[in-house]
Amino acid sequence: MTASHLLEVKDLTVDFLSLGGAFRATNGVSFHVDAGETLVILGESGSGKSVSASAIMGLIDTPPGDICSGTITYRGRNVDKCNAEERRDLNGKKIAMIFQDPLSHLNPVYPIGWQLAEVFSAHGLATGAEARAKAIDILGRVGIPEPEKRIDQYPHQFSGGQRQRIMIGMAIALRPEILIADEPTTALDVSVQAQILDLLKKLQAEDGLAIIMITHDLEVAASMADRVIVMNSGRIVEEGEARAVFENPQHSYTRTLINALPHDTAEGASRRSTVEAGKPILEVKNLNKFYGLSSGFFAKHTQLHAVKDLSFNVAKGETVGIVGESGSGKSTVARVLLRLNEVSSGQALFHGRDIFQMDAKELLTFRRKVQMVFQDPYSSMNPRMTIFDIVSEPWRIHKDILDKPRWRDRVVELLDLVGLKPEHADRYPHQFSGGQRQRIAIARALACEPELIVCDEAVSALDVSVQIQVIDLLAQLRDRLGLAYIFITHDLPIVRHFADRIIVMKSGAIVEHARTDDIFRNPQHPYTRQLMNATPKPKWETEPATVPA
Amino acid sequence: MFGFILRRSAQSLIAVIGLLVLVFFLSRLTGDPAYLYLPLDSSEAQRQAFSEAHGFNDPLYVQFGRYLLGVANLDFGTALSRNRPAMEVALEAFPQTLKLAAIAMTLALTLAIVVGSLAAAKPDSLFDRLASTASLAGASAPDFWVAIVAILVFSVGLGLLPTSGTGTPLHWIMPIFVLTLRPFGLLVQVVRGTMISALASPYVKTARAKGVQRSRIIFRHALRNSLLPVITVAGDLAASLVNGAVVVESIFGWPGIGKLMIDAIIRRDFALIQATVLITAVAIFVLNILIDLLYARLDPRIRFQAK
Repeated sequence: MTASHLLEVKDLTVDFLSLGGAFRATNGVSFHVDAGETLVILGESGSGKSVSASAIMGLIDTPPGDICSGTITYRGRNVDKCNAEERRDLNGKKIAMIFQDPLSHLNPVYPIGWQLAEVFSAHGLATGAEARAKAIDILGRVGIPEPEKRIDQYPHQFSGGQRQRIMIGMAIALRPEILIADEPTTALDVSVQAQILDLLKKLQAEDGLAIIMITHDLEVAASMADRVIVMNSGRIVEEGEARAVFENPQHSYTRTLINALPHDTAEGASRRSTVEAGKPILEVKNLNKFYGLSSGFFAKHTQLHAVKDLSFNVAKGETVGIVGESGSGKSTVARVLLRLNEVSSGQALFHGRDIFQMDAKELLTFRRKVQMVFQDPYSSMNPRMTIFDIVSEPWRIHKDILDKPRWRDRVVELLDLVGLKPEHADRYPHQFSGGQRQRIAIARALACEPELIVCDEAVSALDVSVQIQVIDLLAQLRDRLGLAYIFITHDLPIVRHFADRIIVMKSGAIVEHARTDDIFRNPQHPYTRQLMNATPKPKWETEPATVPA
Repeated sequence: MFGFILRRSAQSLIAVIGLLVLVFFLSRLTGDPAYLYLPLDSSEAQRQAFSEAHGFNDPLYVQFGRYLLGVANLDFGTALSRNRPAMEVALEAFPQTLKLAAIAMTLALTLAIVVGSLAAAKPDSLFDRLASTASLAGASAPDFWVAIVAILVFSVGLGLLPTSGTGTPLHWIMPIFVLTLRPFGLLVQVVRGTMISALASPYVKTARAKGVQRSRIIFRHALRNSLLPVITVAGDLAASLVNGAVVVESIFGWPGIGKLMIDAIIRRDFALIQATVLITAVAIFVLNILIDLLYARLDPRIRFQAK
């Protein structure tokens, strides 16, 4: 064995046992990490990247997990077979971990101070007032303002970014040598993501932490990594220095991933609409939406102005992107336009008729013409209905579209249109992958022969390579069928080659509304610029030559 | 919090009044008390005089008005069967039931939390299987059957315990055992189920990554979160113990409110029926308010909404 690394994983093979047999999550995975460096494990969902990390922490439950082979050594000591006490001595103290969704990973019923102090008490390092003082210190260190006050608050009283800071604080409390970060910024807005990544870099510089970062996001990977390993279906398909991997990928899978990224070049413009925009089919004028926030029995009644004076048009065959971070009101716009929520004031003319004035009968016709595709296709489909039932359901409601005997043929036609096979019609939603489910959702929307489809974060839950496929499909369908889209997303780059016009929203109001090229070439509003710059930059550009060879 | 209690009390008051109306009229459908209280050979005139004296001849709404007026003055009528104020009789019996219910519920909850948590900590272990089978049996066995079999075995067969009545500590054993069994069985199942999902939750993963002791993960992290659904079920079961001790109290001759209620119904003692129903209803409403407060105490997310 060569000079030992801080942490080394060798030939790790993990199976998960289920009724259907064993599923091999990782297959002969080997990697190592040293002090002060960041190793990024890059892969899409199901690639086995999280399993590798869980194995290091001893978090894989056996059964259903089964570590078939492999060794994990920390400072030359074998840690994959250590007992509960040895494991406790390692976890939190020497190796720490943070997770994707900090809200569910923090215990909801204890104040965060309690949870922070527990790190010290669990390892017998401090208790009571001493642990509390240390907890306050840590909160300050990870950038929570007024730590003395906030220490007694509960996880749900913090924002997403703050919760991740608290998680990070908990992880670095005992100054561990290795920090495993499992998709730490995936659930966060881009601007918050940048802050968290900066925090991680700062802590790494201060403590000489070794970071193992697991992510599916190439930009995040590039901004953090010294070295990268790319995983696909449980195997490592590529590894090397970050810059070399990103600039000159060897494996075809890595190339697919990197090509899925929206690049700065003009070639991607092909996904824009090919037809010249006609006259507006939807005219939104001074749309306002208030939500009443009642915080309790004797509390004051307050209002949230979720959408402020919004006006825009959508023409036939056109794609309008609405971009904003969480809380910007972008989804409220969709819900109000479809009359899923009542509007507070304003007009929305669909072919000259105000949506908000429509009676039940008109609304039924309107809903046929305007369809919606949701973020999570799994929860928006009835799990006990077959794909045939799901796609044909609109025809049960709008009886004039199609006679029953022709349903089967039409469903097959629609499935073909979205790239699925005829035999898929008799399966159930859980038998499909995320990308396929989103295709089904699109087929269902098309069943009504709509003119406008509102996509609310329709690709956000999908892997990058799948995102691009779904967007390609939407672009194709638009050009073939003359559809118009309102495409709502938090991800500015993704609409770059797809939307004709972009509306940037912040706190319920439009901050910028322009043609896509203009927005990207010459953003007018500081917030738009901030959104663009929030996309992480590769590490070799921001801090060249700091990497230990 | 004070506002919350006030609001809940007002809601409960409406429900109690509705219940009293129902009980008042339904109990009068059971027949004429005169036939029960007078000797079999009494004449029609005597029965008339009896009804007249107790106001049973007045139209129902007049009787009801009189009753409400009485209640407003804290006069709940006279228990015919005992010739004493009905409320006095009911209040004497109620603590007997309350003691029994409190002991049974505390036992059931404590045992269920321990057994259920340990079972959930090692699913499919021998202990888990034993606990699951035993709790299922406990939850399914009808209490009257368990009570009678217990009397047969421990009193008639072995002669260890008294068959019924009160007086010595030995008298408590069988009623408590029978009353504990079903809540214990049900609660073990609830605790086990919620604990298994709590132990698989992300925050438990975090605790493991922090290096927290296994016992602390089970009893501090997971259990505290599991308590919420457990409290809901336990509250329901406690309510059924307060009024549902009828069967057990009757079998063991326990002088509690359940037995008193049955006696009152059999003897068409209207005032006493109303008094016993009123007491149990109020007790159950108080219990529910306490559970709501406990819930808010246990879950900070509810606590902050309520403020």
